[in-house]
Amino acid sequence: MKFGVVVFPGSNCDHDTYHVISKVVGQPVNFIWHKEENVEGYDAIILPGGFSYGDYLRTGAIARFSPVMRAVTNFARSGGLVLGICNGFQILCEAGLLPGGLLRNRDLKFHCEHVSIRVERTDTPFTIDYREGEVLSIPIAHGEGNYFCDEQTLADLESGGQVIFRYCDIDGRITDEANPNGSLGNIAGICNRERNVLGLMPHPERAAESVLGSRDGRAMFFSIADYLTERLKKRA
Amino acid sequence: MKITPEVLEQHRISGEEYARIIDLMGREPNLTELGIFSVMWSEHCSYKSSRVHLRRLPTEGECLVQGPGENAGIVGIGNGWCAAFKIESHNHPSFIEPYQGAATGIGGILRDIFTMGARPVAALNSLRFGPIRDTDITEGVETATGRTIARNRRIMGGVVKGLGDYGNAFGVPTIGGEVYFDRCYSLNPLVNAFALGLVRRERIFYGKAEGVGNPVIYVGAKTGRDGIHGATMASAEFDEAAMEKRPTVQVGDPFSEKLLLEACLEAMRANAILGIQDMGAAGLTSSSCEMGARAGTGIEIDLDLVPQRETGMTAYEMMLSESQERMLLVTEKGRERQVLKIFERWDLDAVVIGRVTDDQKLRVRHRGEVVAEIPNAALTDEAPRYHRPMTPMVIDRSDAGPAVVAAVAKFGEEIGATSRGETMNEILRRLVGSPIIASKEWVYRQYDHMVRTNTVVLPGSDAAVIRVKETRHSLAMSVDANGRYCRLDPREGARLAVAESARNVVCSGARPLAVTNCLNFASPERPEVMWSFSETIDGMAEACGRLGTPVTGGNVSFYNETEGRGIDPTPVIGMLGLVEEAKHVTTQWFSENGDAILLLGLTRSDFGASEVQSLLIGDSFGAVPRLDLDLELAVQKATLEAIRRGLVRSAHDCSEGGLAVALAESCFSSYRRQATGATIDLGAHAELSGLTDATTLLFAESPSRIVLSLASKNVAEVIAIAAEAGAPCAIIGHVAVGQMAVGQMAVGQMAVGQMAAEKLKIDLGGESLIDAEVGDLEREWRRVLPEHLDHELDR
Repeated sequence: MKFGVVVFPGSNCDHDTYHVISKVVGQPVNFIWHKEENVEGYDAIILPGGFSYGDYLRTGAIARFSPVMRAVTNFARSGGLVLGICNGFQILCEAGLLPGGLLRNRDLKFHCEHVSIRVERTDTPFTIDYREGEVLSIPIAHGEGNYFCDEQTLADLESGGQVIFRYCDIDGRITDEANPNGSLGNIAGICNRERNVLGLMPHPERAAESVLGSRDGRAMFFSIADYLTERLKKRA
Repeated sequence: MKITPEVLEQHRISGEEYARIIDLMGREPNLTELGIFSVMWSEHCSYKSSRVHLRRLPTEGECLVQGPGENAGIVGIGNGWCAAFKIESHNHPSFIEPYQGAATGIGGILRDIFTMGARPVAALNSLRFGPIRDTDITEGVETATGRTIARNRRIMGGVVKGLGDYGNAFGVPTIGGEVYFDRCYSLNPLVNAFALGLVRRERIFYGKAEGVGNPVIYVGAKTGRDGIHGATMASAEFDEAAMEKRPTVQVGDPFSEKLLLEACLEAMRANAILGIQDMGAAGLTSSSCEMGARAGTGIEIDLDLVPQRETGMTAYEMMLSESQERMLLVTEKGRERQVLKIFERWDLDAVVIGRVTDDQKLRVRHRGEVVAEIPNAALTDEAPRYHRPMTPMVIDRSDAGPAVVAAVAKFGEEIGATSRGETMNEILRRLVGSPIIASKEWVYRQYDHMVRTNTVVLPGSDAAVIRVKETRHSLAMSVDANGRYCRLDPREGARLAVAESARNVVCSGARPLAVTNCLNFASPERPEVMWSFSETIDGMAEACGRLGTPVTGGNVSFYNETEGRGIDPTPVIGMLGLVEEAKHVTTQWFSENGDAILLLGLTRSDFGASEVQSLLIGDSFGAVPRLDLDLELAVQKATLEAIRRGLVRSAHDCSEGGLAVALAESCFSSYRRQATGATIDLGAHAELSGLTDATTLLFAESPSRIVLSLASKNVAEVIAIAAEAGAPCAIIGHVAVGQMAVGQMAVGQMAVGQMAAEKLKIDLGGESLIDAEVGDLEREWRRVLPEHLDHELDR
């Protein structure tokens, strides 16, 4: 299997994500330059955190037009796994691969801190190694992570089981105090209807080694690897 | 344009200096040349008042790879890896335009680091503002001169957001720092930014223009009219009209800087760069003449080729522009194409604008004419150096203890306390709620402190620690200063700052390696200021010498005064330490029930400029804490040895607020760690210190004291280590964890409501001095900054 980490101008979690995949998960991984128009040969593509194109217009709004995003869109439509972390989530929303969008945090400030999130569903390629209802300690670092969509979309997300992570307190309760940015329904991460594209604001790659305080995020990368291993076996 | 006395005054060039210019040039300069001289000879660029003193700092040590004089200092950290680090001020711009001033401050220091080939992996900052609480300001006197609480809050909000937005987007973690408040910083905020990068020893790059005939390449953002005369602005005091200087503040673009970083590192990896320097203060001027001066060559540039953001810019404007995110580099002849292609890939401008010459001159062409031609030496080595007059200040060395003890009694009466314990409890509660001591989470939560996934100690402990993925080591960093100590005694204040920064680094499990510094002072033209500067240098030199931590470089910021009122002398020390093994990394927090608590060091009647003096008397006077460097070394040595042998669970130094505050801080909750209690009896430590006074034991700010917690089975061995090192050591109590349900291990502030059970109890000779709920103290400690700063930003 092969992982790809997209490098947009302004990506700054690309090295961190690469590090986790190569050193912690131990899988082959390449950087994919944003001017690339072809992503053949990859099994999973990660859009890392950062400030693509400076995020000057609106987070992710310029990145969606980069050449690589056409290729990533086709890759996703043909069933490839796409994970968007933080800025990557914002880009996926702007690109229409995921519904809704991310507004400024409700207190208008950047937040960098560990938060608790609850795993809502384990029936995605990104969460098979978690337990449903498991509470993870994973850091956030964003100024615009306030998930928003219209009522119908929210209802569809809920009924379709597409809400994968929610901000919660340490005991897994979904409360307003535990919501760091004002996201609708405490949403921290969602997937598409086909469940092969997932975006989340927290940074699992920052919680993948015990030396950093938490390793709750590593199962997300192992889930992908395990899922791909299964899929490759089936194909073979 | 004729050079008249008015023109000279606008350029802050004195009559004598002008005569020197004519002498060095052999003719009168034109206006462009005068502009170039004015920035290069400004205090900011030339260090003309400080240079004669800076020579006295120790700049040699075995770990040193690059000392002062380059863009940053460099030390070896093992396995062929080096750390490049430096601290720099951006005080003046941050007062005029807090957001952009601070943003470009961090932008500038990051460029200094990656100019040397090092990828920035950590940032810290040392910030000082005027008071943010109404009670800390004298109505009328202060507010009449615009020193208002609202303004201080706005400046602080803007500075923190500016530092955050720039560092966050660039992708460097801001992992620590310090924030102070004092009236003297009301119209003179201090913004000192520290950055550290990693580089292989054989891959270090220098700012040299080598090889006659080699092309000189301009890369990065286009040149605009912003920041013209920024360096000159930073070399003058302010008055009411300061806001008119806003156009001299540059505008930062972290996105461009991020691209510039990646492109420069890529070009360096490709061996395509011979020399490189960022265009910081004095932009194109300083980079070109300094690169030539260092290599003994000259540089000739053609301004028509410089990428420009605006039309019709004159040579004068282009040479003095301080537009951000630009670099000048020299490549081997014939390799231009390769360099240009790399920058093109990153969508950055890169243009050959000149070449290296052999005549040791800076030559500038514009529209077909030579518009400036100046010997490099005239701008650099031959810049004026002043032995400015100095007037010693009388230093009050009287014991401030009796006044504080009397104030404690008076305070007890005022609050109607029925026992001494009640008085002490209330003092402790107010101390942890004073903005200087209070939690700085409001600040560091706005900084991405985890990007690059190296941060092994989150902000809030004594020193910030990052792992170095490429080696087994970790690096600890701390920035420290105490302006109030320096106000009363600059030499002692400087020694104390060096000792504290080293102590912080030791508490995190690191051996102190080397120092960078940022010296913030008022006008050097005032003899008492110049004297305090000289004293500071001597104090730093002595402490750095004894602690074996050479000074690798730094920055001097003079003229921090507005309307004739200057700041306290504020030397900020940035200390770098090396943690040999990841398992040695230590934090300040108590963890296990029943762990023994030991106190290394001695307590004395050290109350001059203390927090408790400020709280109860509202003034700073008397002798500042006395630092015995032998004792300091012994305490640090014992702590480090105990940590290395794996005996210690927490280490925390006693600083502002004294022992009681240090103990409370060690009890407070932290990430994935519930708050703890502690049961303390000061008897043994009191006896060791030859003291009986409760106020002194609780709140005096004697340096060289470290609180350790450890499993009780290790106590004997640690006591033996302390004895061996010559460090006084007393068992003062144990960690006491209440009956919290298992599974409630909590994240930071979310735990606050759930820890009423934990108590901090401090007794002396059977009397209860402190009996406080840790939860109450922690709430007070966390409440202060948000309460005074939230919602202020967007007004």
